Amino acid sequence: MRHRFRRAATGALALTAALALAACSSSGGDADSTDAADGELTPIKLQLQWLPQGQFAGYFAAVDQGFFEEEGLDVEIIPSGGDIVPQDALANGDVDYAIAWVPKVLGSIEQGANLTDIAQIFQKSGTLQVSWADSGIESVADFEGKKIGSWGFGNEWEIFAAMAAEGLDSTTVEIITQDFNMNAFLSGDIDAAQAMTYNEYAQLLETENPDTGELYQPEDFNVISYQDTVGAMLQDAIWADTERLESDEDYQETTVAFLKAVIKGWVYAAEHPEEASQITIDAGSGWGPSHELWMVNETNKLIWPSPAGIGIIDEDAWAQTVEGALAAVNETGAHLITEEPPASAYSNEWIQQALDALEADGVDVTGEGFEPLEVTLEPGGN
Amino acid sequence: MSTTSVAPAPPGTEGQDAPRAAARRRSGGRGRRTAAAWGWGALGILVLVVVWEGYKALAPEDGVLIGDLRVLPRTTDLAMPHVWEMLGRLGEPVTRAEGSPLLWAAVALAALTTLGIAAAGWLVGLVVGVGFALIMQRWRLAEWGLKPWILVSQAVPLIAFAPVVKSWGSRVEIGSWEWPDWLSVAVIASYLAFFPIAVGALAGLQSPARRDVELFRTYAAGYWSTLLKLRLPAAVPYLLPALRLGAANAVVGAIVAEVSTGLQGGIGRLLIQFAGQASGDPAKAWGPIFGAIVLGLVAAGSVALLGLILKNYRRGEAA
Repeated sequence: MRHRFRRAATGALALTAALALAACSSSGGDADSTDAADGELTPIKLQLQWLPQGQFAGYFAAVDQGFFEEEGLDVEIIPSGGDIVPQDALANGDVDYAIAWVPKVLGSIEQGANLTDIAQIFQKSGTLQVSWADSGIESVADFEGKKIGSWGFGNEWEIFAAMAAEGLDSTTVEIITQDFNMNAFLSGDIDAAQAMTYNEYAQLLETENPDTGELYQPEDFNVISYQDTVGAMLQDAIWADTERLESDEDYQETTVAFLKAVIKGWVYAAEHPEEASQITIDAGSGWGPSHELWMVNETNKLIWPSPAGIGIIDEDAWAQTVEGALAAVNETGAHLITEEPPASAYSNEWIQQALDALEADGVDVTGEGFEPLEVTLEPGGN
Repeated sequence: MSTTSVAPAPPGTEGQDAPRAAARRRSGGRGRRTAAAWGWGALGILVLVVVWEGYKALAPEDGVLIGDLRVLPRTTDLAMPHVWEMLGRLGEPVTRAEGSPLLWAAVALAALTTLGIAAAGWLVGLVVGVGFALIMQRWRLAEWGLKPWILVSQAVPLIAFAPVVKSWGSRVEIGSWEWPDWLSVAVIASYLAFFPIAVGALAGLQSPARRDVELFRTYAAGYWSTLLKLRLPAAVPYLLPALRLGAANAVVGAIVAEVSTGLQGGIGRLLIQFAGQASGDPAKAWGPIFGAIVLGLVAAGSVALLGLILKNYRRGEAA
């Protein structure tokens, strides 16, 4: 009887091990599948700056719709989500291109990274500072003496740049680090929360107001958009390795081909937001359809219309970003950058080639007639 | 059981029956103990539920503050959803998208994925840890040389270590085989798991009394037979708690490393994903937390099964 018991225990242990192995092999499966594609495609790795979500819909659409393949590329999109810093992964040579906000990479460039902004996908800043409608916080000048939320990790520089322009420094406000959600704001721990138009602001509008039993409405909040302040900085840009851009001809060719496919992806997202949203969900975004569609739609608003063509780096906006980065001082007294970045920090050379080629093919790269959707948010973002 | 004690045993069979009855009594006692253990376990959960709901019902909405310091949490639905809401949420689909799985199923799948990665990490940790212990037991010099490094290895913060492992992994390519992302997570899990195993195994291998070692020597037993017949059996009582610790470390390491390296599919990923949705759907964020708890129990339980198999060697186990 004791033997039988022990045999059962051995069996149970073997079962656990088998399950564990099965789980391993299934999770390892999708990593290998990209390998299976035919050998003619150039393998490319693209590092995102966060989890898969509507913010990156254009890249996922380009994979799903085969735009990268048309250009002879086999692109693997690598999500971040924790301690993986996209510009570090790119500078280390782990990936070929990376998506990151301009101010964060300016900091890395000053630390010695050799990177170039080859396409400014987001033309506008999507950062907001949200407070309650009765809080009296209506502009950056009203931050004085208040508890201001921020995610940190380089997401805070617009706040400090906007404050510097108002003559406020970081000693006049209390900067409080925010979580991934808006609970700290909803519970009153912070007076004004940092929020992206495409994500956290929607989270507020998906939350039930305990006083009314209905969802919160836009009238319940004061919204300061950094795009309307001098603190506005350029956000999602595509970064490439400067040295390889200068010396590696294959990389130059690949860069133009890559940008062409990315543009087609974003044009697709603008014209088919519902499909792009579904593609992103299928790529592993954990949001429900209403929140995802909101995200794609708001992201489109930050990109389109692009009068000079999507991805062109606007010199004035770049200069403003650099100026803000030079002026900003954070709560520990640290500067983001202390001198102007080198001229190699951005280049319109490659995106212009991609735009010219696409325009010759009749692709609308300015999105003049772009019309955003009206998205209805559902409770909980589900 | 009562029938045997009432009916007089036929002569001649008594000698065989007595030990059998004793065995049955023992197994009856074991059954009661198992039932009692489950009972206490269930009671513990019940107490937790009562404390949770009781605190939520009685404590002030803003929590308990000493000065500006909040010592007990807020009791709002945002901070502490009702137990039944959290459980009910598990039975609902993850999102309203068509074909969306139920939350518990999504959590279970993610937990299983993480369990697999943690198990791989634990196995690597077992091999490496026991390997180190064998080397350190065999050569005193190796013990002096290696032990400080093994201790120092655990002082490296995981958030510094994880990106480095991922970066190395992304450069490993042997023929057509490419380093899969989950392997980075498994390596990090093994890094946490090997430490208690190495320390425990070393203590176990060194545990036989001097007289036993000398007895083996008088029998002219070599290193290998001393190892197999004396040191390894003696190490079991030390190794089992170390393996349990190692399993817990592997699970924690796998979850943290998943978050850190951005691996998809595991419970760590679900934790941050749903934490980001906790404002509008507070109960949803608790799903993966429950999943992680069950995952830890399953991991520890698997090691307990190992203990049942090695039962004969578990003399004088401390923990």
